[in-house]
Amino acid sequence: MSEVEGQQHPISVYFWVWGLLFVFSAGSYAVDYMALQGNLRWTLILVFMFLKSGFIIAIFMHMVWERLAMVAAILVPMGCLLVFIGLMALEGDYTNLTRDTFFSPAPFVPVEHAVQH
Amino acid sequence: MSEVVENEKTGALAGMAADWSSDQRAFKGVPWHKAMMWVFLLSDTFIFACFLISYMKVRITTTVPWPSSSEVFALTINGHHIPLLLIAIMTFILITSSGTMAMAVRFGYQKNKKMTGLLLVFTALLGASFVGMQAFEWSKLIFEEGVRPWGNPMGAEQFGAVFFMVTGFHGFHVSVGVIFLIITAVKVLRGSYDNETPGFMTGRKGNYEIVESMGLYWHFVDLVWVFIFAFFYLW
Repeated sequence: MSEVEGQQHPISVYFWVWGLLFVFSAGSYAVDYMALQGNLRWTLILVFMFLKSGFIIAIFMHMVWERLAMVAAILVPMGCLLVFIGLMALEGDYTNLTRDTFFSPAPFVPVEHAVQH
Repeated sequence: MSEVVENEKTGALAGMAADWSSDQRAFKGVPWHKAMMWVFLLSDTFIFACFLISYMKVRITTTVPWPSSSEVFALTINGHHIPLLLIAIMTFILITSSGTMAMAVRFGYQKNKKMTGLLLVFTALLGASFVGMQAFEWSKLIFEEGVRPWGNPMGAEQFGAVFFMVTGFHGFHVSVGVIFLIITAVKVLRGSYDNETPGFMTGRKGNYEIVESMGLYWHFVDLVWVFIFAFFYLW
């Protein structure tokens, strides 16, 4: 039974992915080392992050070789997180707006109708 | 195992429907402890996601500038100011340990006792060095930079709270992983999986598939670090 349930993959697959993970890690560190800013920085961070996590899940955790029943049971529930992230980002922006409006030190406004003595 | 249907790309959906509607066992060809490890990792994903989402939210809501992690975690070596150096080294150590773990799982499939055991020990050593560096990072931040969970000299107060919470929880996962790597390595090397010796808390026979479940946990710890590295250290 254990012979049936085990998986056999050529060792080169592991070495390739291992090497790629090093390249992606170096890439994401280079983003900070070269002090890239703005949209380019955020895009590159996300690209390297998804590449790394994708290869780890797919190859090292053997997800590409699992049956769809298993893959779906693990990956589909994570979709809830996208909704959660979206909701919290929306509400976060609103909270930030109200804090800026009501809790930041009031700018100095000259009083126009001050009583003259 | 005769009911296992070939998982061809074309019939994947039909196969999934058949698996889910079948008797006794939905996850065919998957050892039960591997399926349970995946379910545990899914729940752990939600825990770490809650931490990272709360981090996102406090960072969006605060009106005070967020400290630059690139500067906070910079190291000066021989007069060279290198941003995020320690974190980069920790990232590479964890990636290396992920590779050795994947190899250990592969040799575990082949029931290669010596190589599996050695690679597990090597993975545990890398994990322990990661925790050691994290201890160094924490003490540097606490004693030299004056970062506290309730405030810090660099900017938004929530920085410390998020840092200690997220990296602390991840470091705890790594530490637990190192302990279980050592336990698994000992069991492999003394032949518990060859002889199918039951574990001390169960009557079930030991087998090399346990190495694969151990591997799933360890890769997950690395996976979480990928997200922490991207969102906390780089963003």
